[in-house]
Amino acid sequence: MPTIKELRTRLLAPLDPTLFNTSLLLMALGFVVLYSASGSDMGKVLSQVRNLGLAFMAMWAMAITPPHKIERIVFPIYGVALVALLGVALFGEVSHGARRWLHLGPLRVQPSELMKIALPLALAGYFEWRGKAINWRDFVVAALLLLVPVGLVVRQPDLGTALLIASSGFYVLYFAGLSWKVMGGLFAAGLAAMPLVWHVMHDYQKKRILTLLDPTQDPLGAGYHTLQSMIALGSGGMFGKGWLRGTQSHLDFLPEHTTDFVFAVFGEEFGLLGALVFLTAMLVIITRGLFIANEGSTPFARLVAGSLSMTLFTYTFVNMGMVSGILPVVGVPLPFLSYGGTSLVTLFISIGILMSVHHHRKLVKQ
Amino acid sequence: MRQTLRDPQQERWQFQLRLKVLSGFIVILCLLLVARLVWLQVVSHGYYHTLAEANRISIVPIVPNRGLILDRNGMVLAENNSTYTLEINPARSGDLDTVIDQLSALVTITPSDRKLFRKLLDEAHGLSPAPIRSRLTETEIARFSVNRYRFPGVEIQARLIRNYPLGASASHLIGYIGRINEADQDRLDDQDLTDQYRGTNHIGKLGIEGHYEQELHGVTGSEQVETDAGGHGVRSLARIDPVAGNDLTLTIDAALQQAAEKAFGDHRGALVAIEPATGEVLALVSQPGFDPNLFVDGIDQDNWNALNNSPDKPLNNRALRGQYPPGSTVKPLMALAALTLGKRSTAYKIPDPGYFSFPGSSHRYRDWREGGHGWVDMHLSIVQSCDTYYYSLANDLGIDAMHDFFTQFGFGQKTGLDIDGEMPGLYPSTEWKQKRFKQDWYGGETVISGIGQGYVLATPLQLAQAMATLANNGVMMRPHLVRAIRDRATGSIRAIPPETVRSLQLKQADIDFVRDAMVDVMKPGGTAAQAGTGAPYLIAGKTGTAQVVGVRQGEKYSESRTAERNRDHALFVAFAPADQPKIAVAVLVENGGHGGSIAAPIARQVLDFYLLGQKVKAVPTANESGEDSAHD
Repeated sequence: MPTIKELRTRLLAPLDPTLFNTSLLLMALGFVVLYSASGSDMGKVLSQVRNLGLAFMAMWAMAITPPHKIERIVFPIYGVALVALLGVALFGEVSHGARRWLHLGPLRVQPSELMKIALPLALAGYFEWRGKAINWRDFVVAALLLLVPVGLVVRQPDLGTALLIASSGFYVLYFAGLSWKVMGGLFAAGLAAMPLVWHVMHDYQKKRILTLLDPTQDPLGAGYHTLQSMIALGSGGMFGKGWLRGTQSHLDFLPEHTTDFVFAVFGEEFGLLGALVFLTAMLVIITRGLFIANEGSTPFARLVAGSLSMTLFTYTFVNMGMVSGILPVVGVPLPFLSYGGTSLVTLFISIGILMSVHHHRKLVKQ
Repeated sequence: MRQTLRDPQQERWQFQLRLKVLSGFIVILCLLLVARLVWLQVVSHGYYHTLAEANRISIVPIVPNRGLILDRNGMVLAENNSTYTLEINPARSGDLDTVIDQLSALVTITPSDRKLFRKLLDEAHGLSPAPIRSRLTETEIARFSVNRYRFPGVEIQARLIRNYPLGASASHLIGYIGRINEADQDRLDDQDLTDQYRGTNHIGKLGIEGHYEQELHGVTGSEQVETDAGGHGVRSLARIDPVAGNDLTLTIDAALQQAAEKAFGDHRGALVAIEPATGEVLALVSQPGFDPNLFVDGIDQDNWNALNNSPDKPLNNRALRGQYPPGSTVKPLMALAALTLGKRSTAYKIPDPGYFSFPGSSHRYRDWREGGHGWVDMHLSIVQSCDTYYYSLANDLGIDAMHDFFTQFGFGQKTGLDIDGEMPGLYPSTEWKQKRFKQDWYGGETVISGIGQGYVLATPLQLAQAMATLANNGVMMRPHLVRAIRDRATGSIRAIPPETVRSLQLKQADIDFVRDAMVDVMKPGGTAAQAGTGAPYLIAGKTGTAQVVGVRQGEKYSESRTAERNRDHALFVAFAPADQPKIAVAVLVENGGHGGSIAAPIARQVLDFYLLGQKVKAVPTANESGEDSAHD
């Protein structure tokens, strides 16, 4: 029988203090800004607290599971996510012009969210399985594993999520040693294909790009969100207007002010200083994640940790870039601050996996 | 490519190199973000501070005026009137019940006003002001204005309100606008039109208002308004003018439409009149109608229940949603099919004993005239509407040949009229029955299809289109309701050109023969002789009767012994002048008895009105006309 002390050590030891404490700090910021952004709606805050409880359990479950055990189930998870995406394409519920949701009895799930984690796991699992014999053919296979789900999400259509899924998969390929020449070639091909991409884009997507170049062009429409969030941020100044004192968000100028545009509320009320605190805390988590990736015991552990850390950075950068008007408006939540259960659970699963990689770094796969 | 990673050490080294490269990227992108934030929050802080704090700028949408709907002669069918509404902002007004009670001392507020207010408030989630009363009178405005200081958060708003001056007339085809509900909002989101509808509360729901919503709505403008700390507008900084919605000129002749509605009297039914050469719909009647003005500000529960639960189903557009057995109105087309497919010559005669039977069967398919019509050729079969002739003809043609021929005339498919909700009707075939019921086709079913009974169903619109096609010598035009669209941005007028659906392969001699027989239907000896009396122009017509309940073998249908709602539907189709058709018409009178005595007089009045400009009087109701002898 293990003693209480042993039990506590075993259960709590995997929770890496740096990741855990920084996450707690960021979640605290999240609750503070959510209370303000929701118009002092305690119900919404409590609902997010419940989401966090769920997210913590998911994190802990991942953290105590050694990477080689996670590795065993990556392909089934990927398979499930892929079948679910196919299911969406065939039977999905259409909402706001896009087919993203799947009804499973009482549950309403968005398989593209699951794919955000399933894809990097599956790709890392694939490279681990191929072991030392990796050659260029494996990258072709990996690219297919990546492109099929991304293509399905593009067709929903949900370009923002598709790009995020693609980037999380791409990081795995990159860390696995995708040739610089190939990446250079892809980049050049991407540049060359731009006119073609422009041609096939939906009108609303074109509008978002054009709006980015000059938001004042369309102040009622697509430019409205960007313009309002820029006013919110800019008027916040160095130290912000103070908690609950943001005018732009409270006068309903800001759209989606508890979800995708929550950073505008945050920046308005806490200023540049608050924004830098948030960014620094995010960088602590990302740096810690990359450090953990570096010391991972197996290629799988390294690839997964590297990709998940970089995905966190991508989310942060894309969301803040969108709110501050340097990137087009795509529906990407800001980690820790945006309201929403699914994205919070996904986020803490990533952190749990990072913790697991760190805690089990001395374990070598039998 | 040399991506083989044989050496773990080398792999580690490579992984670390790649980590370093990405870390460099992270640093660069973070610096970019920080630079942007510094630009917004420090360098441009003053500018944005001004925008947000000292003088808040709000962008106010300016709703465009909705386009007008006019008839073909310029008569207004839908317009915008300015009215005053009393609106309560729940965030500032205090306890709503108290406020409304106090208000009701000044302006009339009915219980249904209260119910509607609650409903609208719920739909806006209590966030935006909702109207408690619309269409305030001058006195009410004055009374409230004096007491205004007592009611914070209650304001009088000048609004344009949609008005349908003709009331219930043409209500089904004009449709109506109503408040944007969640389903409308989802649809707008889907079409990425949310921005265009900022500030717009109403949207076309039905008929022309619904189908031509995009034309009628216009382009929303915007105004950047500088406001003081209290949110009141101080001055306008910039303005993009809205563009009013386009005006629609319909093909409908409103006077003809009203004349047709009047001719129906208290009868339920539908009438469709089409100009054969163009497909322009001159009148589209569905009786009874409803007052579309009730829907504009949200219909209250009592009115809604009255309309929705009425056994007369006033909300149902019978002209394009009512599917009825076309009865004997199919006989001219049956004759044309026989000539076209070479199954009958015009001179071929059959003896009519008053029924048709398959050899060796005792089952009798009865003619409407007991004892039969004697020797009947094709001409007589149309003039006297001989059933036996068509039982035997159908048997010779076969259902699939009939299906193919009638499909050419538009049966069993939507006409493509430019308003929504049309029903396709049905023309059966062996293949259809196999698919629908997994059963073989029976010969008896062919026989009754020959007189437009059995599975055959058609909408009044389809019957009118079939007549127009016949009148236009086999060239089918697409029926349409909008004739021209006046662009309010440029002032230019876009005419909607007539569209040919298809040209049928028919011989002119055959068409002429059928038309001449239809002309004789309206003359002494024909089934609609009474309705044809004294017409100074030639009418080609055909009566019809559609059974509502079946009549058993050996029994005789008796109008007086049948409950009103189970009586036969009366049908009549026609075009005139027969030698130079200007109008084709289909009339259906629900439970009206037989076509010759009820439906044909309505059509005659409409033809007279259109071709001669004569006044119209209502056809007497079924009870008064009650003769039981003549059938079809």
